[in-house]
Amino acid sequence: MHKNHQIPASVMLRNHQVIFNGKVIFETAENLELPAFLKACYQDLEIDYAKFYKMDLLSKLGFIASEYLAKDRQLNPETALILQNSTGSLETDLNYQAGISDENAFASPSVFVYTLPNIVLGELSIRHQLQTENAFFISEKFDASFLIVYLQNLFSTNKANAAICGWLDLDKEGYNVFLSLITQDEKGKALTAENLKENYEQFKTRA
Amino acid sequence: MRQKPAVHIIDDEIIAPLGWGTSANLEQIKKKKTAIRKHVLSGENSFYAALFEDDFIQQQFSRLAFSEAETFTKLEKLLLLTVHQLLERNSSIDLEETVLIISTTKGNVELLDNSDNSIPEKSKLYSLGKTIQKYFKLKNELITLSNACISGGLGLSVGKRLLEENAYKNALVLGGDVVSKFTRSGFQLLQAMDDKICKPYDKNRKGINLGEAAAGVLLSTEKQNSTIQIVGEATANDANHISGPSRTGEGLAKAISSALKEAHLEASAIDCISAHGTATLYNDAMEAQAFGRLNLQQKPLTSYKAYYGHTFGASALIESILSIKSLQQNLLFPSLGCEEIGVEPILNIQQNLEEKKLKYALKTASGFGGCNFAMIFKNLKYA
Repeated sequence: MHKNHQIPASVMLRNHQVIFNGKVIFETAENLELPAFLKACYQDLEIDYAKFYKMDLLSKLGFIASEYLAKDRQLNPETALILQNSTGSLETDLNYQAGISDENAFASPSVFVYTLPNIVLGELSIRHQLQTENAFFISEKFDASFLIVYLQNLFSTNKANAAICGWLDLDKEGYNVFLSLITQDEKGKALTAENLKENYEQFKTRA
Repeated sequence: MRQKPAVHIIDDEIIAPLGWGTSANLEQIKKKKTAIRKHVLSGENSFYAALFEDDFIQQQFSRLAFSEAETFTKLEKLLLLTVHQLLERNSSIDLEETVLIISTTKGNVELLDNSDNSIPEKSKLYSLGKTIQKYFKLKNELITLSNACISGGLGLSVGKRLLEENAYKNALVLGGDVVSKFTRSGFQLLQAMDDKICKPYDKNRKGINLGEAAAGVLLSTEKQNSTIQIVGEATANDANHISGPSRTGEGLAKAISSALKEAHLEASAIDCISAHGTATLYNDAMEAQAFGRLNLQQKPLTSYKAYYGHTFGASALIESILSIKSLQQNLLFPSLGCEEIGVEPILNIQQNLEEKKLKYALKTASGFGGCNFAMIFKNLKYA
């Protein structure tokens, strides 16, 4: 039998709102640009983490979402980080591309480093000191059933005891973030593809 | 707990500037021939890299009679050719029971370099797999992963994990990246490139060379004629720095320990190592620390970066295939570029081609984002 993993916490960032376990817990004016919204979230979280300011927008989105998940709880030291999106690191790729296309522009090595989607996994690992399983998948749509199978393998082979997983997408059109904490240390919703997907689809219809 | 099915290596393919097909690649490695050359951009501006000759891919592509009107990118052609080779040799494989897994770091990123600042659909990383699905009429879900320099190896892990859960019978794992202005300028800015052929583990190592390639591995839970099984694998993050490897090698050591644990092996059982060996100062030093932690420093170790350059999404897959070939042929392949060892503890760099009975091979890789990967292959001839 597999261990009884559940989803005690999930967080969505959308429409200038932070939605935690289905409830709006923080919001800003809708005319804020994404960087300003993220900074407001950072202040709401009352944390002090200078590295935040150096991150690209994708990493900031992942950081803020996972801070809400980790708030008021100790993450299991064997928490795997498994994320998906459809655009990879596109937003930062475009920034870097602009720097090398125009001879008068400045291409920065620190921007180049963020032109890999899995850098956000490094940022989260450093923040929570997780020397754990990581993977970043690119998928046209959120693939909950794949995630379930993948997690089942990680848990049943003892490669992870818990996970932060979900969708972390950003492009010119906007952002779409939905992350879940999966653990057997706390009670929550059952770990099923339906429960992971339900929130994703809820987002899609309201968008 | 129910037993998970064993995952076997059925076939493999490497398409690289070093050679067309895995065997051609091995012939060059046995002769210690590199594909890295000086490439002049303009005037004084040049760099060392392993690149395909301009019309080589097109020649192969037209020879294999892909006749669609659609224009394919260089990377798409490489991946289509890789799949074509594998499916031609394995025509009995049930594609309904096969999942497609693609590893790439930057895909067709060069398409972002356009005058109207548009974002072509083919610049999305998952588009590579959609092209392949369409061409070969593959109906199952597509898994694309982009996890820096461990991507190609992680693709094998993902394949193994899905097969272990009985989600599919077979996995077709592909890896590929090409050299573009995007990556070249980035590594120039990071000052991470050697201005000659790279020198993994050498005391005068200065950095990487870029490379481009594609590779593919067919995995199956049905043994068929396979003599190689994946017996353990894992990843672990350094949790230390996003672009610099950890000084202590803890993350890589953890990945290796976890892979050994899954394989029910002690480190002493490992017969040979295909390491990452990028020839950057810090990567190679970190690896030596990690191998030292597990008392693996005496094991014959090869870096293939001075043959191929760093092929990113393909590299850990190509180097896994070379581990598999080592086991199948009972040959230790020579590492290239290390004249005077420059890491602590001293590693046992394999300098020449050597025949040896080999049962277990370890493949490792590490990359930006602090990721580390380890996989252990077993030679079933000595089961």
